[in-house]
Amino acid sequence: MNKKELLKKSTSILYLVLVFLFLYLPIILVVVYSFSNNSNFTFSKGFTLDGYREIFAPANREDLFRALKNTFVLAIVSSIASTILGSIAAVGIHQFKPKTRMVVDGVNQMPVINSETVMAVSFMLFFMTLKFPQGWTRLILGHITFCTPYVVLSVLPRLASMDNQTYEAALDLGASPIKALFKVVLPYILPGIISGFAMAFTISIDDFIITQFNKGSSGIDTLSTYLYSSLKGQDGMKTYWFPVSSIIILLVITVVLIVNVRKSIVEAKKTNKSNQVQKKVDVI
Amino acid sequence: MENKVELKKDNIFKKGFDKIKNFKLNRKVFAYPYVLFMILFIVVPLVMIIAYAFISDRTGAFTFGNFVTLAKDNVSLKVLWQSLLIGILTTLCCIVIGYPVAYIASKMKSGGVIIIFFLLPMWVNFLLRTLALKELFNSLNLSLGFGALLVGMVYNHLPFMILPIHTSLIGIDKSYAEAAKDLGASSPVSFAKVILPLTLPGIISGIIMVFIPTISSFAISEMLGGGEILLFGDSINAKVMHNQLGVASVMSLIMLLMVLVANVFISKLNKGNSASSLL
Repeated sequence: MNKKELLKKSTSILYLVLVFLFLYLPIILVVVYSFSNNSNFTFSKGFTLDGYREIFAPANREDLFRALKNTFVLAIVSSIASTILGSIAAVGIHQFKPKTRMVVDGVNQMPVINSETVMAVSFMLFFMTLKFPQGWTRLILGHITFCTPYVVLSVLPRLASMDNQTYEAALDLGASPIKALFKVVLPYILPGIISGFAMAFTISIDDFIITQFNKGSSGIDTLSTYLYSSLKGQDGMKTYWFPVSSIIILLVITVVLIVNVRKSIVEAKKTNKSNQVQKKVDVI
Repeated sequence: MENKVELKKDNIFKKGFDKIKNFKLNRKVFAYPYVLFMILFIVVPLVMIIAYAFISDRTGAFTFGNFVTLAKDNVSLKVLWQSLLIGILTTLCCIVIGYPVAYIASKMKSGGVIIIFFLLPMWVNFLLRTLALKELFNSLNLSLGFGALLVGMVYNHLPFMILPIHTSLIGIDKSYAEAAKDLGASSPVSFAKVILPLTLPGIISGIIMVFIPTISSFAISEMLGGGEILLFGDSINAKVMHNQLGVASVMSLIMLLMVLVANVFISKLNKGNSASSLL
């Protein structure tokens, strides 16, 4: 490797490190200063676990844990409903003629491509006009509408790569359509269903805008809307938010990292194998 | 005579039975519940935005008043101008910062894993990240305002630019660049004439994934704008809070039109290959 190439490579790596720092420095600092029991980046009270103890203090526990519970209840209910609705729908949508398919795909993509704020406003106007009961009904329906398209979008490619004849063969061999669907189609599209469910779950948990616009006066807060109202609160931010954030940050990063690195290792192995095969073919 | 009637009956039954059988075999029916669901919960709500835009908040009658109110409102016009400015600057910064990241990573052996690290922050709630950035600004004694908001927007949306550009970069056949080199192009020329045009769809979907969320975001500008700057999303939220549903609907309608125009544009460019699949 000559000097010029070495210089080029080291500047590239330096650049990546700089952008990496830009993206990570703020969240790393939150984790570091979660041990300060302050809601700013100083150690005026020294290194302490008091911030973490605050999470469980009786005065805070109730509201915070209720928000946590709400977040999970909402995410679990709406992601399970979305997964069932979306997976079944995908099987049908896959059979549509191209023209109908285009229209259905277009409408299905609407929540994905649209601005979240516009979706939230449209839900709010809709629920208000048709007088849907405030609270959970609106939130769950809103989240299901927002999450199902992602399930459909992750199941459809699996269906597209599936051989249609296996289903028909099952029917010819005497299976009822429902049985064929469960025994033949379902196992094949299961990976798509699982990744759709994971996507729906994370989107629901991460959501702020849909919930904020549609919670109305129901008093139901999720973690993100609770954080938002506590940021706007008069008496300043509570000191337990850095510790809570740190726990969330570390949890999210670990889970996503494990899932993705495993995925890319599996893919790398696959491409390696195919590369080897390709090389062998080339040699021959 | 009677026999004939019975035969006819039999035929009708048979036909009906066949229909039921076909209906059962036809997997299209599985989509019908969701199609109904979509009409009710996606199409009707969006139509309601259009309806509310033309309805007076006070009288409930048909009116163009909401459009007039918006056009005459100096604050809203300032919001529109500021949103466009922040949106354009954020998008430009994301391209300038994000393209090299995607490019360098696409050249590396372990680029796939490296890219995951740049996308990871996307999964941490944006309120938490914005809060972290705000405290960083405070601890460095930097004032909040336009600059801080711009940094915050780039910080929040950079992964959405890196992802589609990286996807289109790794999709390029390496032989194109090699061919350009063999034909005597220097590497900057081969980059400008070969690589850049081929990644244009990625850049465009990156632009849409950054620009639209930036101008319609709310809460970020509240936290980082130092109270000076309101964006489209904040303004819609404020109008809803003050029960000015008509004007809020007009503003949502403008956003919606922008989204639709942008997506018609991108689908023409991509011809069905959407690069917007997130992870």
